[in-house]
Amino acid sequence: MFRLPKRGLVDHGAPLSFSFDGRRLTGLAGDTLASALLANGVHLTGRSFKYHRPRGILGAWADEPNALVTVIRGGGRSTPNLPATQVELFENLVAFSQNREPSLERDRWSINDRLGRFLPAGFYYKTFMWPKSFWSRVYEPRIRAVAGLGVAPEQADPDRYEHRYAHCEVLVVGAGPAGLSAALTAAESGCRVVVCDDRPLPGGSLLSAASATIDGLGAREWADTAVARLSSMTNVTLLPRTTAFGYYPHNLLGLCERLGDHLPGEPAGPRERLWSVRAARVILATGALERPLVFPDNDRPGIMLADAARQYLQLHGVAVGRRVVIVTAHDAGYRSAHELHAAGIQVVLADTRPAAIARSTPFRVIPDARIEGTRGTLRVSAITISHTGRSERIDCDAVLMCGGFTPSIHLASQSRGTMAWDAEVQAYVPAGSAEAECSIGAAAGRLELADALADGCRAGRDAAAAAGFAARRIGTPRASVDHSVGQGGIIGALPHGRDPAKVKAFVDWQNDVTARDIMLATREGFRSIEHVKRYTTTGMATDQGKLSNLNSLAITAAQTGRPVEAVGFTTFRPPYTPVTFGALAGAARRDLFDPVRQTPIHDWAVAQGAVFEDVGLWKRARYFPRASEDMQAAVNRECLAVRGSAGLFDASTLGKIEIVGADAATFLNRLYVNAWDRLAIGRCRYGVLLREDGFILDDGVIGRLAADRFHATTTTGGAARVLATMEDYLQTEWPDLDVWLTSVTEQWSVIAVQGPHAREILTPLVQGLDISADAFPHMSIGEGTICGAALRLMRVSFTGELGFEVNVPSSHGHAVWEAIWRIGQPLGMTAYGTEAMHVLRAEKGYIIVGQETDGTVTADDAGLAWAIGKTKRDFVGKRSLARPAMKAPDRKQLVGLRTLDPAKLLEEGAQIVGPDGGPSLGHVTSSYYSANLGRSIALALVRGGRALEGHRLRVAMPGGGIEVDVTNPVLFDPKGKRLDG
Amino acid sequence: MQHFSILSLLRHGLRDHKGWRPQWRAAAPKPGYDAVIVGGGGHGLGAAFYLARDYGLRNVAVLEKGWIGGGNTGRNTTIIRSNYLFDKSSSLYDHAVKLWDGLSQELNYNVMYSRRGVLMLAHNVHDVQVFKRHVHANRLNGVDNEWLTAEQAKAFCPPLNISPDVRYPILGAALQRRGGTARHDAVAWGYARAADALGVDIIENCEVTGIDRDISGKVTGVQTSRGPIACGKIGVSAAGNSSVVMNMAGLRLPLESFPLQALVSEPVKPVVPCVVMSNTIHAYVSQSDKGELVIGAGTDIYTSYTQRGGLHIAQHTLEAICEIFPQFRRLRMLRNWGGIVDVTPDRSPIIARTPVPGLYVNCGWGTGGFKATPGAAQLFAHTIATDAPHALNAPFTIERFRDGYLIDEAAAAAVAH
Amino acid sequence: MLLIPCPYCGNRPEIEFSYGGQAHIARPPVPEELDDDAWGAFLYARDNVRGPHRERWRHLHGCARFFNLVRDTRTDRIIASYRVGTPCPRVEPL
Repeated sequence: MFRLPKRGLVDHGAPLSFSFDGRRLTGLAGDTLASALLANGVHLTGRSFKYHRPRGILGAWADEPNALVTVIRGGGRSTPNLPATQVELFENLVAFSQNREPSLERDRWSINDRLGRFLPAGFYYKTFMWPKSFWSRVYEPRIRAVAGLGVAPEQADPDRYEHRYAHCEVLVVGAGPAGLSAALTAAESGCRVVVCDDRPLPGGSLLSAASATIDGLGAREWADTAVARLSSMTNVTLLPRTTAFGYYPHNLLGLCERLGDHLPGEPAGPRERLWSVRAARVILATGALERPLVFPDNDRPGIMLADAARQYLQLHGVAVGRRVVIVTAHDAGYRSAHELHAAGIQVVLADTRPAAIARSTPFRVIPDARIEGTRGTLRVSAITISHTGRSERIDCDAVLMCGGFTPSIHLASQSRGTMAWDAEVQAYVPAGSAEAECSIGAAAGRLELADALADGCRAGRDAAAAAGFAARRIGTPRASVDHSVGQGGIIGALPHGRDPAKVKAFVDWQNDVTARDIMLATREGFRSIEHVKRYTTTGMATDQGKLSNLNSLAITAAQTGRPVEAVGFTTFRPPYTPVTFGALAGAARRDLFDPVRQTPIHDWAVAQGAVFEDVGLWKRARYFPRASEDMQAAVNRECLAVRGSAGLFDASTLGKIEIVGADAATFLNRLYVNAWDRLAIGRCRYGVLLREDGFILDDGVIGRLAADRFHATTTTGGAARVLATMEDYLQTEWPDLDVWLTSVTEQWSVIAVQGPHAREILTPLVQGLDISADAFPHMSIGEGTICGAALRLMRVSFTGELGFEVNVPSSHGHAVWEAIWRIGQPLGMTAYGTEAMHVLRAEKGYIIVGQETDGTVTADDAGLAWAIGKTKRDFVGKRSLARPAMKAPDRKQLVGLRTLDPAKLLEEGAQIVGPDGGPSLGHVTSSYYSANLGRSIALALVRGGRALEGHRLRVAMPGGGIEVDVTNPVLFDPKGKRLDG
Repeated sequence: MQHFSILSLLRHGLRDHKGWRPQWRAAAPKPGYDAVIVGGGGHGLGAAFYLARDYGLRNVAVLEKGWIGGGNTGRNTTIIRSNYLFDKSSSLYDHAVKLWDGLSQELNYNVMYSRRGVLMLAHNVHDVQVFKRHVHANRLNGVDNEWLTAEQAKAFCPPLNISPDVRYPILGAALQRRGGTARHDAVAWGYARAADALGVDIIENCEVTGIDRDISGKVTGVQTSRGPIACGKIGVSAAGNSSVVMNMAGLRLPLESFPLQALVSEPVKPVVPCVVMSNTIHAYVSQSDKGELVIGAGTDIYTSYTQRGGLHIAQHTLEAICEIFPQFRRLRMLRNWGGIVDVTPDRSPIIARTPVPGLYVNCGWGTGGFKATPGAAQLFAHTIATDAPHALNAPFTIERFRDGYLIDEAAAAAVAH
Repeated sequence: MLLIPCPYCGNRPEIEFSYGGQAHIARPPVPEELDDDAWGAFLYARDNVRGPHRERWRHLHGCARFFNLVRDTRTDRIIASYRVGTPCPRVEPL
C-alpha cells in the first residue's frame, strides 16, 4: 500500500508475516515493526498515558514516545513497552498494543480526554483527600489500574544473559559519519578500538543520506567500505545493535548488545550481552535527535517527525502518507520535503519562520506559517494553517514536524562534563570534560556531514595519540550533499491564534504533558526546571524526555521571563535507553547468584538424607532425619546420642586463621581480651575479640602450636570479618610486629567427635600423638597423623562432653570422616547437625555470637568477663568498656530461663517483661526442647539479669504471657565433669 | 492559601486553571529571622511548618542551596515503616507513621501515603530469629508487625517466588501493614505550601557558606550565597551534606556520606501490591502509582558527594530482584540515580542540640530518612523551639557516641554463626 | 566502578578492594589516658570532607595490602595513591 518498490535497505523479495493486535500483516526483511506497520498504512499504534488519546508512530528509533507494544514470543518471553520503532521484524512476530480497553480504536478510558480540563498537571495533589480512608481503598487502586503501560510477564524468563568486560584505548559511541571516521583513524594507529552503535546496521545518518557522496562514493557505499575495513582489523571490536547506555566514573561505560530479539524462535545463545568497557579515551559520536514542534493538536496519529518520515522512505522504502504537510522551523525540513517529493509523495511545506528561504522548490512553500490545529480522530485528516492574514485548511494524511535538532548529550552529561547553550542550534552542547572524552559531529552540534567527518578524523587521531599511539595520517574524507542540513530551529510552543489555556499542544506525548500544563506549573510557582519536570511529569516517560526536554525548558523560560540558559536543564541519568533487568543481572541466578560453599563432607551428608540450612554462603547439615522423623525427633535422637555415646559433627565451616611470627603472642594480646603470653605450647584457650567500641565481634578457640605459631578459630560467619580486622591492625597500627596471617579455613576439614566414647573412637586412628586423658587434657592441641593424613587435633568441646576436633587437610576430610564413622557406629555414634549442636551448647550455656550477641553485647553482658586478662592495660575495645553506658547497672545480661511448664517451648525473640508486665526487659535468644533434660530450655538477655536469678518474670506473648524463672545459663552438668568423659 | 479539593479543581477547571496562584512564594532573604533552617528537604520544610504552626515561631526562613525537595527527599524510594527493633527507634519511627496517616488532610496536599504493607523476607534461620524478635518487640510497644509463613507471604504478595528451589528460599516474612509508600515530591511541596502560608520564607538557590557566632560561641547568623542573614537559631537539616555545614561551626560529627542508588523500571500494570524488602540479599521493591517498579540498592562502599555510584551496585541489586522475582527479568531499567546519605556508626539518626548554642542538627538518617519525615520534622521543631529535646528524640543525641548509649539497629541485625 | 591505583599492583577495578574510611586516624598509644570525649572522637568523629579526602583502601582480592588514596569526593577523581607509613603527598588546596 505504502511500500515504494526498490527503495531502502529492506529486502523486497523477502516478505515476513507478522501480527499486530491479532491482525495478520506482511512486512519485509529489514523492516522494523514500525516501518512494517506504516507500510500497511497503520499509524494508530498506542494510547497515551493519561488521556488515552489515540497515538501514532512519531519517530524512527529510540526517541519514540507513542508506539509502545508488547512482543510475545511464548514460553514466558513476553516483553512489554518496546518501541515499535526499535523492534526488528522477524517471521511470525506477534505484537500487541498497550494501555487500551478493549481496543486501540475504542478505548473506554478515552473519557479522560473529555474530562481533560479537570485533570491538569498535578491534579492528584489537589484532590482524592476526602474521605481520608478512600485514598488507599478506592482512589489509589483505580488510579493504578488506569496507569502503567504494558503488563509485566507472569512466568520466569527462560532466556540467558551474559556479561563481558573489555578494555580499549578508544571507545567510539555511534557509528555514523563522525564515529566511523573517528574509529577508522584511531584504529589505523594500531590501538584497541571498540565502536558500538545501537542500530541494526552501522552507518547512522549515512544509511539514509540519499543524496550525499563521500570521496566520490555514495554515502551508504562509503559507510559499507568503512565498516568492512573496521571489521577486518584485529584491533577493532565493532558492535552493532549495542547501546552505550551509561557513563560511569573513571571512563567505564555500560553497553548493552542485543543478540536474540531480532531473530525468530528461541535464541540459541544469550538474548543480550552487557559490556563493561573501560576506555582510555571515549569519543561520543551519538548524533542528534530531531525536535518536534509544539502546536495545537500536534498528537494525532499521522503526525510525526519529518526526519523520521525521511528515514522510513530511505531505509525502508515506506511512504508515511500520500499527501503530507511538512511544518518546519529549520532548513532540514526542506531536505525531507525534497526527498519525499522525489519519491512521488505530494508535499506542502509550511515554514514557521517569517521569511522562508527563497529558493525554487518543486513543492508549495507557505512562509510565516502559524499552525492553528489539526483534525482527524484515529488519523490526521487536515491541518489548519494561518498565513498572510488568512486561515487555510489543508487536507492531508500525514503532518511532519521539524523543529531543528537536539544533540544527544546524554552520555557527555552523565560523564559530568559541562554543557553550554548554543544559540545557533538552539540547544545545549558539550563544553568541558570531566573525564577523558570528547563529543564530535552532530552530538557536538555540528550537523553538516563534512563537519562530522572532519571531527571524526581529528578526534580519532587525538585519542590514539593521547593513548600513546601514533596515528597514520589519513586524509579527511570529502563530502558533498545535494541538500545540506542547514540552519534554523525553534524551541518552545509555536504561536497560534487560539487561547493557550484551552488547546492541547503536546510537549511530552507519552505522559500527556501540554504547553498549558507547563504554564500552570509556572503559574503555581514551580520555577526550577526540575520542579516543572516533576510537577508535570514532562520528560519522565519511557523516552526520558528525548523529544520534550528542550521544548519544556523554553516554555518554562518564556513563562518565568528568563533566558533559556538561565533556567538550566534537568540532570541526565543513565540509562540512555531502558536496559533489560536480565542483562544487568546477567548469569547470576540460583547457584550463580551467590556461590555455594560446601564442606568435603557435604556429599556424605546428602547421601545420609541431611536437611541443610544456609549460613552465610555455606550449606550446613541441620539434622539427619531417619525414616519418618521430623526435625524435633531427629534432634532429640542426635542430642541423646552425643551425651549417651558419641556424636560426629562437621565443623569444617569454622573460620581458621594461622597466626605466625615472633610477635604472634604479642599480637593476640593486643587484639583479644585474653592474655596469651603464658599460654603453653600445646594448649588452647577460648578467646573473645571485641570491636574497638567494646562490643563482642567474635569468639573462638585459639591453640598454640609453637612459640611463634597459633591456630585460631572463628565463627563460621565471622571468618572474613576477623581476618580483615586482624590485617587492619597489623598493617596499619602495628606494622612493626613480626606476624603473618593466613586464612586456612579451606585448608582444614574439621570433624568434631564429641561424647563419652570420643577418645575410644579416635585412639585407634590417631598416630604420633598420645591422646590419653593425662597426656592430652581438655584444651590441648597437638599434631600427628590420622589415616595417613596430617592431623591437627584439638581437645575442645562445644557440647560439654569429652570432645575432640579433628583437623585434617580438606582433601582427606571425607575419608577421615568415613574412617571415624566406621569405628564409631558400633559404639552408637550418630552424626548430628547444627540444630543438635545448638541445643547441646545451649544446655551448657555456651553462647553463639550473632544469636546471644547482636553487636550491642559486651563480654561481661554475655557472662564472659572471666576471659578478660585482668592485668592487661590495653586490648582492642578495652577503653570503650570504661564509658558510662558500658558500666551502667541495668545492662542486659545472659541468663537461663525455665518455663514453669517443662513442655512449654518459648519462642526465640520473644520479649521478657516483669511479673506484672511493663516494658521489655530483654528477649529470648535461644530456646529449644532438651531431650537430655527432658524439658524446654532457654537463654535470654535480661536487664540486670544476673541479679534476678531465682526471680519470676513473664515472657510476653499474644493472648497473655508465659511465666518463667530466671536461672543460671548453665543448665546441664554445671560442674563440667563430663568434659573428661 | 488556596484550598485544594475536588470542588476547587472543578471550579478552576471551568476557568481553565488561570486562577491558581503560586503554591509558595519565591521569597528573597530578609536581613534577619528568629530561626533559620538549613536544607529545604522534607525534614527542613516540615520543621519550619511545625515551628510556625505549633510553636508560634513564624519569622523563619528555610534556606535551600538548590530547589526544594531536590536532595534525598526527591531521590529516595519512599518506603515508610516503623518496625524497628529497639524501643527508642520504633517509637521514633512510629511517631512519624502516625503523622503520615493524616498528613494529606493536615497539609491539604495529597502526599499519597499508601498503606500497602511492608513485607520483609526471611531467607535463613537467623533471619527468622531476627524478624521474630522484631515482631515480638514491636507488638509489646503497640507497633504493628506480624510474622507470616512463606505461604502467607505469597498470599499477601502473589508474585513472590516461594519455591525452595532457589539460592535463598523464602522461609517467611515480617509484615507491617501500616507500612507503605508516599509521594516524595508532594511531601516537600505540601510542607512548603503550608509553611509559606504561615509566613515562613522559603528561599531557594541560597547556599549557606558560613555560620556566624558571637564571642560566647552562640550563633548569630549565616553567610549565604545570597548574602548574610542574622538569626538566633539555626537548625541544620541538610542530609548528605550535614558534615559540611556543621564543619562551618567547627563541629566534627560521627558521620560519613555515602552514595545510595535507586532505580525504576518502565511503568507496568499493577503487579507488586506491597513493599518487599530483603536485607539478606540486599534489595527492596515497590510499585509507584504510575506503575514503575521502584527499586533500592545498597550504598556504594566509599564516601562521596557526587550523587552517583557504580554500575555494579545497580547490577547486584537487580540480580537480587530477579532472584526473588524471576518473571521481572524482561522488564527494563528506565532510570538510575544516586543520592548522598550521611550514616552514623549506629545507623540511627541524630536530632539534637549541639555543643554550639543556638545550633541544632537533624542528620544521620542513613538510608531511611524519608519514612521519618513528619515525625523528625516535628521533633526537630520542638528541639529548636524549646532548646530541649522531646522525650522521643532525647536518646538521639550526639553525646551517645561519647557515652556509648548507641541505638544500634544495624548491629542488631548482625549475621550469625 | 572506580579504577583504583594500588601502589603495589597498579590500576585495578573497585570490586577488588575494600574501603577503610578516613586515613591517618592513629589508634592512641595509651587509650586509657584519653577522656571520654577524646576516645569518642577517635572512635567515631570523621572529617567527611567534600573535597580531597585521604582515605584507606585495601586491595582485598589482590595483594591484600592496605594503602591510602587522596580522592576528591566531589568528583571521585583520584589525586594520589601512597603506601601505609609514607606521608601524604601535597595536595593542592581547594
